Amino acid sequence: MLGLNSRDFKLFIIVCIMALVAPVLLNPFPTESALGQSFNAGYPALMQRFVIFGILAIGFNILFGLTGFLSFGHAAFLGIGSYAAVWMFKLLSYNVVPAIILSVVVAGLFAVVIGYVSLRRSGIYFSILTLAFAQMAYQLAYSVLTPLTNGETGLQVYNGDPQILMSAGDPTVPHFFGITMNGQTQLDLGGWSFTFQNGYYLAAIFLIASFYLSIRIFRSPMGLMLRAIKSNQTRMSYVGLNTKPYMLAAFVISGMYAGLAGGLLAAMDPLTGAERMFWTASGEIVVMSILGGVGTLIGPVLGAGLIKYLENIVSKINDGILHNWFAFMPDWMDNLFVTLIHPFIGKGWHLTLGLLFMAVVIFLPGGLVQGGQKIMDMFSRNKNTDAKDGAKTPAE
Amino acid sequence: MGILEVKGVNKRFGGLQALGDVNLSVQENTVHAIIGPNGAGKSTLLNVLVGKLIPDSGSVMFDGQSVLGRKPHEIAQMGISRVFQTPEIFSDLTVMENVLIPCFAKRDGAFRMHGIESVADEKGLNEQAEMMLDEVKMLDKRHMTASSMSRGDKRRLEMAMCLVQEPRLLLLDEPTAGMARADTENTILLLKDIRTKRGITMAIIEHDMNVVFSLADRITVLAQGMPLVEDTPDKIKNHPKVREAYLGEAQV
Ligand SMILES: Nc1ncnc2c1ncn2[C@@H]1O[C@H](COP(=O)(O)OP(=O)(O)O)[C@@H](O)[C@H]1O
Ligand SMILES: [Mg+2]
Repeated sequence: MLGLNSRDFKLFIIVCIMALVAPVLLNPFPTESALGQSFNAGYPALMQRFVIFGILAIGFNILFGLTGFLSFGHAAFLGIGSYAAVWMFKLLSYNVVPAIILSVVVAGLFAVVIGYVSLRRSGIYFSILTLAFAQMAYQLAYSVLTPLTNGETGLQVYNGDPQILMSAGDPTVPHFFGITMNGQTQLDLGGWSFTFQNGYYLAAIFLIASFYLSIRIFRSPMGLMLRAIKSNQTRMSYVGLNTKPYMLAAFVISGMYAGLAGGLLAAMDPLTGAERMFWTASGEIVVMSILGGVGTLIGPVLGAGLIKYLENIVSKINDGILHNWFAFMPDWMDNLFVTLIHPFIGKGWHLTLGLLFMAVVIFLPGGLVQGGQKIMDMFSRNKNTDAKDGAKTPAE
Repeated sequence: MGILEVKGVNKRFGGLQALGDVNLSVQENTVHAIIGPNGAGKSTLLNVLVGKLIPDSGSVMFDGQSVLGRKPHEIAQMGISRVFQTPEIFSDLTVMENVLIPCFAKRDGAFRMHGIESVADEKGLNEQAEMMLDEVKMLDKRHMTASSMSRGDKRRLEMAMCLVQEPRLLLLDEPTAGMARADTENTILLLKDIRTKRGITMAIIEHDMNVVFSLADRITVLAQGMPLVEDTPDKIKNHPKVREAYLGEAQV
């Protein structure tokens, strides 16, 4: 179906459904309940991040997952995409279409140049080159190119901006031919309330399209060549294949995905700053891929989701909330637990992430996807052994 | 004129003369064996032929065109394939994928942007790869990861990867080294088969004299980077210089 084999098609359908019903799925607890207040993730600002960083991770995976080339500067393309989009808002209008197109194109052009230079080296040298480029981009945006980037303040739309395509009645926030990104429909059902936001759905549609394209690339001859590069570059050239253009194509495609993610970030909130390109942002992309499962189709999306969930949910938990949870305990026990957990919550969410990351790398080098497979295997093995035991009880 | 003409090739590694004024002429549709003791420069010569090394001087012509200065993938596209002394395969990929990649390279050239089509839809190439695997008796293993193969299978797989491209010249660097007796016999049969069925020109480096004498039309003996003699297998067998420099030593 849709040019996919049946397994991929199933996975694709699952991703489609998840993306479309996320506003419901991610709000499992009643809105006013303690659990709902702490753990519900179905609010637009967070869901946007899930899908946008999912797109970023999917693109990164086309480079890192398939070819094994670890770019440590991918956030640069995200930042470039955002700047390009905000400029479109400033110059043309708040319509997101030109903004998103330009963010992809500009990020792609930068990727051609940065990729061409960085791909002259492989392994750690490639990583360092990409990191150097990204830090250069960050510094330029922060201080040198202030006319283009508005430096420290960040780039945003001002009343005096040309916006030459704006007509009188147009919305003054990002919109898709009049449908505003921040427009939303609220659905109240008993204690639950679900928010369906236009911006989220635009981003979700891009996620679905990005995911579909990535499946096609994975299963294509080019995907095969990229995996072959990861496996043995010597053999690649001795069967007559030029690895350079394949690598560059993967790098540029992955840079364009990042540009798209950057453009979407700006479409959700029409301002951007240099910090989007800082090296920690690039590192976060690497962590997402590894957490989720490098080289798997769905892994990076899961990794991106997990990190954004921790960042927004664990960082919101504070001692007061903990005391509430442990209120049923005797005071001394309550205090003990709160003291023990305290370093891992609020600003300490990085500690939680770090420990989780270490645990995954050590015990599940294949990431969350491998974890999922192990669980599935456990179930099917149990079933198998049950069946076998039943069949040959007398013999043994 | 042979399909491959090597003239006056020199290659030094520091103070070591790995190749000294090597001349070699391989005729189309023949098997040319290159023998010589370890360190004689045999692999170095192949490295020059496939563009991995650039010689200090000399010329290498393949089918009337110079090979020197071309990149390995360009030389491969000219029709020279190589089986390495330690198999170079795509260990992380399946056996089938290993053979499919050279099929794509042969059909589409060194690079083609084909990121949307599906590998599974390439019926013709899939069939071609399966037929090749059948020929080397590995079809039943096509879904296995290449790294899980035995040494003999890895060599056979690498050979299949080269053969499926129908190269004009196949270079083999000790294709039976480290193989069990039975595997060696199989490999000889396979190579003979390739020769009669496909008429592929081969240059083969080999230590096993059984293999050499049962396959080769002509033999070049290298010693310390210099070609000692070049002749037919019968003449080489009885050549005093060769017996002294190489065969004698091997028979002790
Ligand atoms: N890349 C290299 N750098 C330095 N020395 C080399 C290199 N390749 C081969 N040699 C040396 O050149 C000589 C010939 O090696 P080689 O061609 O591998 O011999 P063989 O006939 O056994 O295949 C050996 O002494 C080897 O150590
Ligand atoms: Mg050798």
